[in-house]
Amino acid sequence: MNRHMFLMLAGAMSVALPAIATAQTELTVYTAVEAVDLDRYKATFEKSHPDITINWVRDSTGVMTAKLLAEKDNPQADVVWGLAATSLLLLKTEGMLEAYQPKGVEALDKKFVDKDNPPSWVGMDAYVAALCYNTVEGEKLGLKAPKSWDDLTKPEYKGHVIMPNPASSGTGFLDVSGWMQMWGEEKAWSFMDKLHENISAYTHSGSKPCKMAGAGEAVVGVSFEFPGAKAKSAGAPIDIIFPTEGSGWEAEATAIIAGTANLEAAKTLVDWSVTKEANEMYNAGYAVVAYPGVAKPVEHLPSDIAAKMIDNDFEWAANNRATILKEWQKRYDAKSEPKS
Amino acid sequence: MNIALEAPYLPLAGKRLRQETSRDDRIKFGLMAVIGLYLVVALGAPLFVMLSKSLSTYRFDLAAFEFQVSDETGAKWGPVVTADALNRTLGAVAEGDLASSADGRLAATKFFPDFSFRSPVHYRIRGTTDDAAFLAGSTLEKGTEWREYDSGTFRRIMLRPARTLGLDNFKTYFSTPALARSIYNSVLMAAISTVVTISIAFALAYGLTRSCMPLKGLFRGILAIPILVPSLLPGIALVYLFGNQGIFKDWLLGYSIYGPIGIVIGSVFFTLPHAFLIILTALSIADARHYEAAASLKASKWRTFTTVTLPGARFGLVSAAFVVFTLVITDFGLPKVIGGQYGMLAVDIYKQVIGQQNFEMGAVVSVILLVPAILAFAVDRRMQKRQVALLSARAVPYVPKPNVRMDTICFAFACLVSFFILGMIAMCQIAAVVKFWPYDLTLTAKNFAFDLMDGGGWSAYANSIRLALLTALFGSVIVFAGAYMVEKADAFRFGRNVFHFLAMMPMAVPGMVLGLAYIFFFNNPANPLNAIYGTMTILVVSTVTHFYTVAHLTALTALKQMDPEFESVAASLKQPFHRLFFRVTLPVCLPAILNIAIYLFVNAMTTVSAVVFLYASDTKLASVAVLNMDDAGDIAPAAAMGMMIFYTNVAAKLIHALLARGLLARTQAWR
Repeated sequence: MNRHMFLMLAGAMSVALPAIATAQTELTVYTAVEAVDLDRYKATFEKSHPDITINWVRDSTGVMTAKLLAEKDNPQADVVWGLAATSLLLLKTEGMLEAYQPKGVEALDKKFVDKDNPPSWVGMDAYVAALCYNTVEGEKLGLKAPKSWDDLTKPEYKGHVIMPNPASSGTGFLDVSGWMQMWGEEKAWSFMDKLHENISAYTHSGSKPCKMAGAGEAVVGVSFEFPGAKAKSAGAPIDIIFPTEGSGWEAEATAIIAGTANLEAAKTLVDWSVTKEANEMYNAGYAVVAYPGVAKPVEHLPSDIAAKMIDNDFEWAANNRATILKEWQKRYDAKSEPKS
Repeated sequence: MNIALEAPYLPLAGKRLRQETSRDDRIKFGLMAVIGLYLVVALGAPLFVMLSKSLSTYRFDLAAFEFQVSDETGAKWGPVVTADALNRTLGAVAEGDLASSADGRLAATKFFPDFSFRSPVHYRIRGTTDDAAFLAGSTLEKGTEWREYDSGTFRRIMLRPARTLGLDNFKTYFSTPALARSIYNSVLMAAISTVVTISIAFALAYGLTRSCMPLKGLFRGILAIPILVPSLLPGIALVYLFGNQGIFKDWLLGYSIYGPIGIVIGSVFFTLPHAFLIILTALSIADARHYEAAASLKASKWRTFTTVTLPGARFGLVSAAFVVFTLVITDFGLPKVIGGQYGMLAVDIYKQVIGQQNFEMGAVVSVILLVPAILAFAVDRRMQKRQVALLSARAVPYVPKPNVRMDTICFAFACLVSFFILGMIAMCQIAAVVKFWPYDLTLTAKNFAFDLMDGGGWSAYANSIRLALLTALFGSVIVFAGAYMVEKADAFRFGRNVFHFLAMMPMAVPGMVLGLAYIFFFNNPANPLNAIYGTMTILVVSTVTHFYTVAHLTALTALKQMDPEFESVAASLKQPFHRLFFRVTLPVCLPAILNIAIYLFVNAMTTVSAVVFLYASDTKLASVAVLNMDDAGDIAPAAAMGMMIFYTNVAAKLIHALLARGLLARTQAWR
């Protein structure tokens, strides 16, 4: 048994030690970018910087944020490339990010860059709150497609709306913080009180409502534009609707983890992440990117999404998150019985 | 055996004879210590760390912040006041609101009622300790140095909580209705599922042991199927069967499958095999003489049932009930998929940790989830102790007599349950190969293109097989060796009892709790074992530990069947124990070892709860991929991955059966 224990430990060591064979700089990059995009991002970057190799560590936004926070005292990542700006702000307030002014950051739209100077994070692209409306199920039930957030509170939608739980989904939180910034807290709460009456379920993930609307499990899914376009391409009978009042949004962003041993390479990557070339690359999936004038329309999405985006104050959202979620859970989580 | 006296001559009184420990015994003791240490490191220590984490609270320490306010010119400064003093005069923040979480923030402007961000007044703030932290906007500031801000910036000052020890987390938990309600929900769901499952399992086992219904072997096979799939899969099947676009949606009379109904149906599905096997064993040991006695006393069928059958199976029933109860209350996959808004404890842990990064609250829910699980476990242990052998040497095995009505009813019921099980699996199979349910029902293989989905792709599947093989290999070795030491070592009674207790503990520890405890314990740079965090090793360790108890009991049962005379004979022939072990014990117990291996393999393939916090990006697992793909709304690929796990486990079972037959023919000829 001693031998087996030894073998197990030896096995552990061999997994733990990374290959140190190459003379190249290897960057451990944490990301929440869609799995399909990873290879493309890596290849495009490494083509212009052959001396740097990206090692992706990918997971969903929530898991990635939890992982980064858990590793606070012993960070494993060099760079975070493609994580929600709100999550990065959270890391910033823990003092985990290395502030750095990337070369050429001036070219980016200001709302995609951290307000501090030098900035701690820089944006790549945005995902924007949108409704996915299943036209087939809507017709069966004799419903009309909603045009605004306010429409969702109409009694006819009772039990047909599904949205992400803001306490566990970044998308859910961007909806809630969007409403609050648009209307003020009081009106936002009274809107959510009415909306809650129509909600059939709060999901854990932000893309699920759209996919569930696509599959007819719900009629209206409160989600964001990206999964909507994807579901539509896959054959879902849905319309992607941007409410008239405006939409909350979240930036996918890049940051350097403080204390990285590969600071120069990390800076090179962040420099590259704000270039026009990189932004053209983001545009393949995302309709709104940080570099003005780059974005070309994405299939199934309108060309003027940027105009629907509200003036989002990330700092306000991050600093009020705990209080808002506490109140949200008090109001809506307690009524946890499912509604038919 | 060497018996040495403590004194060169016989003691007069009081001195006891002591058996000198032989070299064999010392080796055995050493091995037992090693495996015992394994259990302490893999179970005891992480749980202890988690318990302390649940007591680690965050609280705004108002005395740790000092303010100074200038006059309108911004040049003359007023007196230095602490936030605590300001709060005592203002009552701005209630005592209860000072309890916070790791992410807590308190606006500094709360202590200045006439604050206006347009005023020319300047503010100074500093900590009175080095650890007092606050945010200026999103920049973290710490320490005792004064910092000055104009009022426009001061409104962006947020105080951060300090870490202390206390019961605040538990107070917050019980004052949050949604969280506290989960306790009630979890217990209710577990209780209902237990009653339903036990009733069905008992009826089935009764049919199989007391009637002459046909196809008994087939039904046994079908009833084992749910063990081969992750508990998420019945959830997915239920969505397709009874969801809003479900085939049988109307059967629910307008009720939603998302919630208690789904949880109960799914729980019955995945706990049925466990309950069935235990009750079947209990019913199989009936003594025909009791039934003859009942018949000669002209007892009615019902009376015979209540006075002979039920009492005979009562320990099996109780045991099965506790197993089901524990499985349901600790299961995470099923309520995650089908639970809708119905809060359950295991899902709460996940939501706290993954959704809100609130590790402390996750630890609190874990501690709470441990209570019912440990209670169920303790009660079951007590009951088992009272069990006496029913089957005496003179017992006559019960042979059922044909009875057309009874046999037909039993057969019909078994068919119904089998139909339910096969229907769920079939539904997943259909979901996995249909293009876009329910709008485009053409067949496709695109749902198996896992590499295009979030969740880990095909490499996750490969990782799962690796994990399952490693778990089966190391698990069988560790478990069997441990059981051997408990059963066959002669001395160290105390040590063996401690070890046995440790080996029984994993049964009462839910997988999620174990996983969370592992984060706290292993993801700590100060821990020398920190290197295994994020590797395959930690997954193997957690899975072996999570499924240790059942494997340990299986090994123990096999070893108990061996006559202790073997040891005595070997000792008297001066054979070292390892020769006996490898020449006799191991071959004799080979069937049990193979059973342990397949048990560990199948469970490693399907487990979600124990590994969901522990996998890293290069050690993603198929079962977790099912969870994550379902979470992202990619339900069809999730079903496809679930079916891959099912195929793999069926294949593993077949290989196990072949292997067992081949090997056993050689080693078990003596039987």
